[in-house]
Amino acid sequence: MKIKDYIGIGILIIVIAAMPDLVGNDYYLGVLIFTAFNCLTCTGLCLLMGYTGQISIGHGAFIAIGAYSSAILTTKLGWSPWTAMGCGVLLAAITAVIVGIPTMRLKGHYLAMATLGFASIVHIVSVAAVDVTGGPSGISGIPRLQIFGFALNSDTRNFYFSWGVVVVGLYLAVNLIHSRVGRGLQAIHGSEDAASSLGVNIAVDKIKILVLSAIYASISGSLYAHYVLYIDPGPFDIMHSVLLVTMVAVGGLHNIWGAITGAVLLSLLPEFLSFLSEYLQGIGIRYQTDYDTLIYGSILLLIMLFLPEGLFEGLSRSLKSISGFRGKLAGRSSERAD
Amino acid sequence: MKKRSVFLLAALAMVLSFSSAITAMAEDIHVGCIFAITGKASWLGEPERNTAEMVAKKINAAGGINGKKLVLHIEDDQGDNTQAVNAVNKLIKKDKVCAIIGPSTSGTSMAVVPIVQEAKIPLLSCAGAAVIVEPASERKWVFKTPQKDSDCVKRIYDHMKGKGIKDIGIISSTSGFGDAGRNQLKKIAAEYGINIVADETYDPTATDMTAQLVKIKNAGAQAVVNWSIEPAQAIVPQNIKQLKLTIPLYQSHGFGNLKYAAAAGEAGEGLIFPAGRLLAVDTVADDHPQKKVLVDYRNEYESTYKDKVSTFGGHAYDALYILTNAMKKVGDDPAKIRDEIEKTEFVGTAGIFKFSPTDHCGLDKTAFEMLTVKNGKFVVLTE
Repeated sequence: MKIKDYIGIGILIIVIAAMPDLVGNDYYLGVLIFTAFNCLTCTGLCLLMGYTGQISIGHGAFIAIGAYSSAILTTKLGWSPWTAMGCGVLLAAITAVIVGIPTMRLKGHYLAMATLGFASIVHIVSVAAVDVTGGPSGISGIPRLQIFGFALNSDTRNFYFSWGVVVVGLYLAVNLIHSRVGRGLQAIHGSEDAASSLGVNIAVDKIKILVLSAIYASISGSLYAHYVLYIDPGPFDIMHSVLLVTMVAVGGLHNIWGAITGAVLLSLLPEFLSFLSEYLQGIGIRYQTDYDTLIYGSILLLIMLFLPEGLFEGLSRSLKSISGFRGKLAGRSSERAD
Repeated sequence: MKKRSVFLLAALAMVLSFSSAITAMAEDIHVGCIFAITGKASWLGEPERNTAEMVAKKINAAGGINGKKLVLHIEDDQGDNTQAVNAVNKLIKKDKVCAIIGPSTSGTSMAVVPIVQEAKIPLLSCAGAAVIVEPASERKWVFKTPQKDSDCVKRIYDHMKGKGIKDIGIISSTSGFGDAGRNQLKKIAAEYGINIVADETYDPTATDMTAQLVKIKNAGAQAVVNWSIEPAQAIVPQNIKQLKLTIPLYQSHGFGNLKYAAAAGEAGEGLIFPAGRLLAVDTVADDHPQKKVLVDYRNEYESTYKDKVSTFGGHAYDALYILTNAMKKVGDDPAKIRDEIEKTEFVGTAGIFKFSPTDHCGLDKTAFEMLTVKNGKFVVLTE
């Protein structure tokens, strides 16, 4: 791990610790809990997409596997939530291997279509296998998580717990990136032939990383089920998978911190828009929720036009060039501006 | 430089909007509403939002609630569970509402039930499935205003019994509405001595149900029940006509939209379905207790919004009046409102409500009238 990443995680922990006092309202904590779930999935997705270069428009399916495993095993069989979550992880990993063996041979658009097909199959099963998944009526009465008899029954507790999981997940991911395996994965992204000639077992490594990202998604799904306490197929549809890919792309594919930035930004955007609509209504402009899509699209367009490497990299570069510009004004040399 | 100024402008706009200050007067009464105004269920949420705004305006014009102004906080959940959970949290924790109306769909309602139960805020759902309020002992804070799907099934079975129909085929869509109806059809059948000989489903986006109907025909069904709320249901009568099937077709109350009758065209003539009386208000007897409410609501809605009235808006109408009537009696304390709603009797658009500690829907099967399609219009079935 680089020193930068340690600093990043340190700052994140401080921000998380201070957040409940900063926001001052449990409602915002609720929004941030959903943000944490997205961050967790996006961390795994970034390892797969950004570092290894394998696109997946099917991660909603792995979230669904986690969520449904937790819901079914706890409500119908009365298992402990932790065992159920473990089973979800195992099931997601096995599914990832089965799906990965044929699909990881594909590239580019073909890989995207294959993962899309997989997500579609899981969604159809969750809708149609009524006796197991409850079908469109869903499963209610999912128990809350308990840690040594300490129930996660308030938003503050859930907030700390879910972001704690994100920090652990992030730490492991950053560690992986800077390990030998991580360098191998980045080599796959650069050129599969070159990586292979240097002794990277690309077939196995690609499946391993798919399994890892599926595990991240599955845990995030289990946490979702135990927080909302009700699930139906709605939140795990294809559009959610697409949204996850968008989050990673907006934040920056090639940097795990970019994925986190994108997940946080796009999870909070609906809140910001509802804030905006209240403000506009307050000053007498009628705001239709349909405009959300318009603003959403414009933001994506602006980012893709001006910051194609993603928000995180793009903004840090702009900051650097601004400071370089200032340095020039002060008469210093502008070596740092690139 | 040019790019940078664009960003500066955008940043400035963001900062400005954050500085918004919407201060509400302390003496106002705050009620939350969550409807699926946009997204996949917007045909439910839009008339509900329109109706809620219309009714609130009327109540405030007539002096509000005991002199206090009624303020609605309307949220759009886009028919999405996560958005609905966020919206309910926002209404309870930020806007500090004393009661919530909505959400529009069964899925979103089920997703917010644990939150209102814990926060002890009364919720009046506008969604159909009976499980939202059952069992009442576990849904202390949850009520709903649409008729129950189980009562719809009972009306259909009553009618079948009168016609001597015993063996039926059911066909339902794989949506929350279709699935809940399918479960009720199967559950209640034995009680009425009805035998389900074929049980078929279709995707809400399907365009042909011939295969399913052939199976129902071959199973020897004497009648077909089609349970769906999506436009795809209008294809079933057409397929039945193409197959030259002569057995009667029953639809669910989800057929209650004139657009569906228009889509079914000639094939839709004569099909039978239970629905609230709002759709056939002109053919409801003049001495029926609901007649005045129905006519008033329809005229008011159609003149305000220049659009056809729908039963869905009616659910929001009933919910808001039940709630404000309770608040007129006991003020804006959530616990007192809840207790008062449980004692409420109210003549609404969906039927004659009679809530009790064991019944948080308050409607029974008499809320439904058997309707049929005649010359492209809904009329009360007289036979």
